[in-house]
Amino acid sequence: MTDVSASGALPKPKRDVLPALLPVALALLTIPLVGSTSSWVTLTAASLAMGMMIFIMASGLTLVFGLMDVLNFGHGAFIAVGAYVATLVLLPLAGWVQADSLLANLAVLVPAVLLAMAVSGALGLVVERVLILPVYGQHLKQILMTTGGLIVAEQALYALWGPEIIPLPLPTSLRGSFVIGDAAIAKFRVLAMLIGLAVFAGIQLVLNRTKIGLLIRAGVENGEMVEALGYHIRRLFLGVFMVGSGLAGLGGVMWALYREQVHASMGDDLTVLVFIVVIIGGLGSIGGCFIGALLVAMVANYGGFLVPKLALVSNILLMVAVLMWRPRGLYAVTSR
Amino acid sequence: MMILSGDPPRSRLLSALLIVIVVALLATPFVFPGAKAMNAAANICIFAALVASYDLLLGYTGTVSFAHTMFYGIGSYAIAIALYSLGPSWAAVAAGVLAGLPLAMLLALAIGLFSLRVAAIFFAMITLAVASAFQVLASQLSWLTGGEDGRSFQLPELLHPGTVLIGKSAFGFEINGRTLTYYLVFAVSAAMILGLLRVVNSPFGRVLQAIRENRFRAEALGYRTVFHLTYANCIAAMVAACAGMLNALWLRYAGPDTTLSFSIMLNILLMVVIGGMGTIYGAIIGAAIFLLAQNYLQALMGAASRAAADVGLPLLPGLLHPDRWLLWLGLLFIASVYFFPTGVVGRLRGKPRTAP
Repeated sequence: MTDVSASGALPKPKRDVLPALLPVALALLTIPLVGSTSSWVTLTAASLAMGMMIFIMASGLTLVFGLMDVLNFGHGAFIAVGAYVATLVLLPLAGWVQADSLLANLAVLVPAVLLAMAVSGALGLVVERVLILPVYGQHLKQILMTTGGLIVAEQALYALWGPEIIPLPLPTSLRGSFVIGDAAIAKFRVLAMLIGLAVFAGIQLVLNRTKIGLLIRAGVENGEMVEALGYHIRRLFLGVFMVGSGLAGLGGVMWALYREQVHASMGDDLTVLVFIVVIIGGLGSIGGCFIGALLVAMVANYGGFLVPKLALVSNILLMVAVLMWRPRGLYAVTSR
Repeated sequence: MMILSGDPPRSRLLSALLIVIVVALLATPFVFPGAKAMNAAANICIFAALVASYDLLLGYTGTVSFAHTMFYGIGSYAIAIALYSLGPSWAAVAAGVLAGLPLAMLLALAIGLFSLRVAAIFFAMITLAVASAFQVLASQLSWLTGGEDGRSFQLPELLHPGTVLIGKSAFGFEINGRTLTYYLVFAVSAAMILGLLRVVNSPFGRVLQAIRENRFRAEALGYRTVFHLTYANCIAAMVAACAGMLNALWLRYAGPDTTLSFSIMLNILLMVVIGGMGTIYGAIIGAAIFLLAQNYLQALMGAASRAAADVGLPLLPGLLHPDRWLLWLGLLFIASVYFFPTGVVGRLRGKPRTAP
């Protein structure tokens, strides 16, 4: 026998950078098309911020699918619930929201976000136990059950908060924009970018540097094997589901602040966007989800600026194009 | 037996229920001539056909499509645009049919070939995305579709409500254009449901069920599953488009809210699951239960809500508000997926022959 362990390190996993270059290429490509640099900077900032918000909402969905082959059609409900719960804190303390001091704004914003995440995470626990646990492994019933959950959640939100659109003003210190040269970048967009990057970095750190992350990645590859090694994959999955729901709640709050209004139907609209992102990225892949979210946001923003008529179907065209190139999405993780 | 394609209801109670529904629908113009009852009855006919076509997909092939309202909308808009731009004539109706059906079929073919190769879950997501894009498109192309307002139009002379065919003196009730439209809707819907019953009981339908039960095995037996699934998708799309045309003829209007909205898609899902997947008869039962609830349960809920508000209970008035009736149907939906996946029809038929 030859000694294989000697000097040669393990072969590095092949890095696939082509998809990661796509958003960069798209951004560079549009510089001459947009014309003025300042509007290009504004558009790029807008699409980065929008992409980050979508990524935050979609990340939970893609992980849940990758790990347990469960696609939650009711994911939009968590988004809407997060936004509504945030209004519980933000509206009574409107004085602090309007106060022209960053500290007062944060003092109300942070608890609102935390509460929203906690409530949607807890709701995730209930949904997983009540709706998804009984139908593990049955795709058709999963789709039906979670769609039913979406209907019930949306109606319950209407019943509790009323069917009107709730206006949600942005905290004062997040209004306005930074001006760099000619280009204006809204402050909230910068914040959204930062939060999105933090979430992405956090997920990557947990997945790649911790034991739980190792188990999750192993579970995505081969769940049975992980169980055979004595780990409780159902409990792991429950945890991922709750975190994913919590992140959807966070995304919901950010989206509500971005649009400055809350309505139960926002879950429906965003579900479509989130699904497109998850499909483009490859079901189960966090990196793919990140790139997919950026691509969707970029196509929406640049497309809306350059060819407004095309923007209506731009997401679908993008999805078709990506699936033509890679039928399983940019990064195909699972064998499914 | 021939007309039911050898697939009778197989349950005395179910047969009785179906006969009651069909007779009631047939007799509606004479027994309950009010506008509300006529609307409810016509809606039941249209939705029974639409839901039956969805059942072909969901119940018989096990694929979840969220684009069914898109085909429904294509049919509606085809009739509406044709009658709006060509004027109220039968030629315009024919033009609408000739434009709408092939369009629906081609779109279904494209979606099917593009996405039916992959897992059911993928198909569901892609159809959801395509349907939402189509909805946005329909409300934005206002020069063609009338945008959010939709298109109102005139029907051919014969179907006008004002056209009296047989006066009140003959039988004691009037037969006018509206009655005729209703029977047109009824007859076409019934024909489509019987046609679907024929399809699912043909050898082709058996292959679809085989694909539902075990796609891999069906493929191993030599059936081209993508071909069969796409074919089923096209049939369902054409029936849905026909139902959309009937809807447009009945309402004399087509708009995004009445044909394309996501809530209609959810309603179809609710009807097919509550009625019973994979039975076709379930579509009739489901549509009847759902639309009767939609039209008459709300009044009941309103009364209950007011009563709860009078007693001073918290929360309950909001939960029982007439507009929240979908909340309760949603709970019923979840319960029926969980406890009796074969729906009302499967329950009445007794032994679970088909469990999707």
